[in-house]
This record gives sequence, C-alpha cells and structure tokens, in this order.
Amino acid sequence: MLTRRIIPCMDVRDGRVVKNYQYFTALPDAGDPVELARRYNEQGADELAYLDITASVEGRKLLLDLVERTADELFIPLTVAGGIRSVEDMQAVLHAGADKIAINSSAALDPDLIARGAERFGSQCVVVAIDARREDGDWWVYVRGGRTPTGRRAVEWAMEAERRGAGELLVTSIDRDGTGEGYDLELLHSICSSVGIPVIASGGAATPAHFLEAVTRGMADAVLAASMFHYGRYTVREAKEWMRAHDVPVRL
Amino acid sequence: MRPRIGVVDYGAGNLHSVRRAIEAAGGEPLVTADPRVLATTDGIVLPGVGSARSAMDTLDRAGISDLLREHAASGRPLLGVCLGLQLFFGENEEGPTTGLGLLPGRVARLRNRSKVPHMGWNSLDLCSQSPLLRDVPAGSYVYFVHSYHVLPESERDVVAATDYEGPLVAVAGRGSVLGTQFHPEKSGLVGLAIYRNFVGMVGG
Repeated sequence: MLTRRIIPCMDVRDGRVVKNYQYFTALPDAGDPVELARRYNEQGADELAYLDITASVEGRKLLLDLVERTADELFIPLTVAGGIRSVEDMQAVLHAGADKIAINSSAALDPDLIARGAERFGSQCVVVAIDARREDGDWWVYVRGGRTPTGRRAVEWAMEAERRGAGELLVTSIDRDGTGEGYDLELLHSICSSVGIPVIASGGAATPAHFLEAVTRGMADAVLAASMFHYGRYTVREAKEWMRAHDVPVRL
Repeated sequence: MRPRIGVVDYGAGNLHSVRRAIEAAGGEPLVTADPRVLATTDGIVLPGVGSARSAMDTLDRAGISDLLREHAASGRPLLGVCLGLQLFFGENEEGPTTGLGLLPGRVARLRNRSKVPHMGWNSLDLCSQSPLLRDVPAGSYVYFVHSYHVLPESERDVVAATDYEGPLVAVAGRGSVLGTQFHPEKSGLVGLAIYRNFVGMVGG
C-alpha cells in the first residue's frame, strides 16, 4: 500500500541552515545541511526539502554544491525550493542532483513556466508551491514570502497548476505557518478534493497528531515540517510510529 | 576489477543519483549517449527520464536502440529504470510510440486511481525468483513516481508487484533483461541492494 510521506524541510542561506537547531548541537557541524539531512535520513525521512533563501549569486553556487553533496550520499528524493525563475535555474538544480524543484512566485507571475519545466524535465520534477491566506471566506494566493497578493483563489490556482503540468502541489497556510496550531485542514481538503495530483501539507505542524489530521481530514498525501523536527520535539521515526499506531500506512 | 556499467544519457534527466548508486554498489559507471562507448561496457542501465516518445526518438536517432537490442541479445545484463523499463516493451500509449520490443507486452496510462502520478514509497510483493532481488525481503519499501505502467504478456515476466488501488508491476523481465518501475537510486538501502545485485550480475 502506498505510504504517506513525511518530509523534513531545511531553510538554507548561503549553503548553511539558518534556524537555531537546538536538538542537533551534538552534531559535529550542526549548521551543515548535509549533517541534518543525514540525521533525518537515518530517522526514516521519506524525502528531504531545501528551501533556499539566498539572495546572492555566490550563495546560489553554495546551494548547488550543497545539493550535490547531499545527492552524493543520500539515496532518497530531494526537493529544492526558492529562487527558481527559469528553465535554466531548474536545469542547474536538477543537474546538481535534485529530483524535484518547487516554484512559487515565479509560477504565479509566469504560469507558463510550469508547462515549460514539465515539458523539458517531466511533470514529476515540477512541484508548484502555493502560499495561501484565508480572507473573506476563501483562500488567496500570496507570493514573495507571503507579502504580495496575486488576486488568485488558491483552489483555482491549484487546478490551473495541475492543468499546466505540475506533478505535485506544496500547499502552505500562511495563517498557520509558525503557529504550531496544526495545518489548515479545510484548505487542504478543498485543494485535495479538487485536483488529481499529490498534495504536500505545509504550515503549522507541531505534533504527530497534526500529521494525522492532515492525511485523514485534510486528505493530504504527504506532510512537510521544519521546526517540529529541528527543535527535537519529535524524531521522524517517532512521528511515523505514532501514525502507524493510528492506522496510517507509513514506511518504517 | 570493477564492472564497467554504461548509463544511457538521453538529455534532460538527473543521472547523478544513478551514477552514484552504481559507484556505491561497486561498479564503474560510464554516463554516455555514444553507442560506441556503450558497446564497450559489461552491463547497461537505461534510466527513466522524460516522455516515452521523445526518449525513443532520441534513442533511435543516436543509434542506441540497435545497440541495446544487440546488448540484450548477447546476454549481457540490461537494467531499465522507470521509463527505461517501459521502453523494453512494445506498444506504448504515451506518445503513442513503440518501444524497443525486448519484452512482450505493452505500456498503458494509469487509470482509475485517485491520484496520478503514483508517487511515493510503496511495498514489494515478490512474484518470482530473480538475481536482481536477491536478499530483498518481501514488503520492502521502494520509491515510485510514474503515470504509466507496464503490462507484460506473460505472467512469468513479472518479478515483483505492488498495490496502488489495484496491482501494478514493480519489477519485470527475463534472463539478463530486467527493469524496475520504481527508482532504486531513490529507494535508500533497499535500492542500493538492487544496484549491488545488478553489478553482481554484470561482474559474474
């Protein structure tokens, strides 16, 4: 049976992780994303994600080096998000060893980029990331780190992204992100029941119970979390054991 | 000496992990689109990227299709991964196109599933003995991502299956021509064991 995936996400700037990872202070180099990636792999992570928040050309080179070092060593899928604006950017990241690229602002501003990427590399490589905020009884797509409204409805944009060739969606609730209150289950449910491609839930997870509701009530295919793992509240394995105990199929 | 294993490079795809997995499994990978170089190898991996039709066009144009048929006929091991496995068969709905015809059967779009592609970790049901799956326990999880699937004519060519709202072929082939619908280079330690088995088939 197809298992539900758990995906730890690391924020990276200039090739280094940016948050304070208390739990990993015992690692020889806790700022090195590869060290963290290795640890998550040992815990049973199903995939890994790097969100690059680098602004400089030099930082981008460091990211590509990081992707290559990760893919050299870890044989699980790796997604890279952040700063991908063109087919050439996609090619550079995929060539370095990433399996999927996630596009967010660039897709909303240039929706044809989804199709160009899918045509060149296959839909399975192209993840469209949607940052949604709840306003006036609907969800609206924001870009540029959640600062700029696009005027698009999230569910409609999800359907359009699928139609244009996205292979997967990464859906983040801006309202819930960083709150630890759990995913926006209604948002997930609305999108998951409107598209026929896999959906990754993001934004708000603090406990394995949040994972469980995301895949049951939210109907998500995968869950992404950052601080919940980084701060050591739960290991990936603990989260999976908890899900299995609640009859969710996971890879253990 | 490490067995020399050709990796067919047909353009857009990420072959980084395939190359690294072969190295980790004890082989010497040669990533190339040149049939003359492929002809010097002891085994070949046909990886999975892009669409079936453009892949077949590229393979035909570069003279790789004929090389692969000769390679298979000589009894040297050939491993197809994902799209690579699908190209071993004949009639292919994606395009549509016609594959290499190394194995009897066809390729069809995944239908009547709640989500397509079939993406993620799924477990293996073992159907018949194969050196490729030596020491891989039944129930092992491997990573799939595909929208088309293979339908071998003969049950005997099904080595392993998986269940995604119905049965799907996960490993198929006969003799030295074998392929996986999933990505062993993305399937952690289980996947590396499969590459080690393939390198072993090539080397011995």
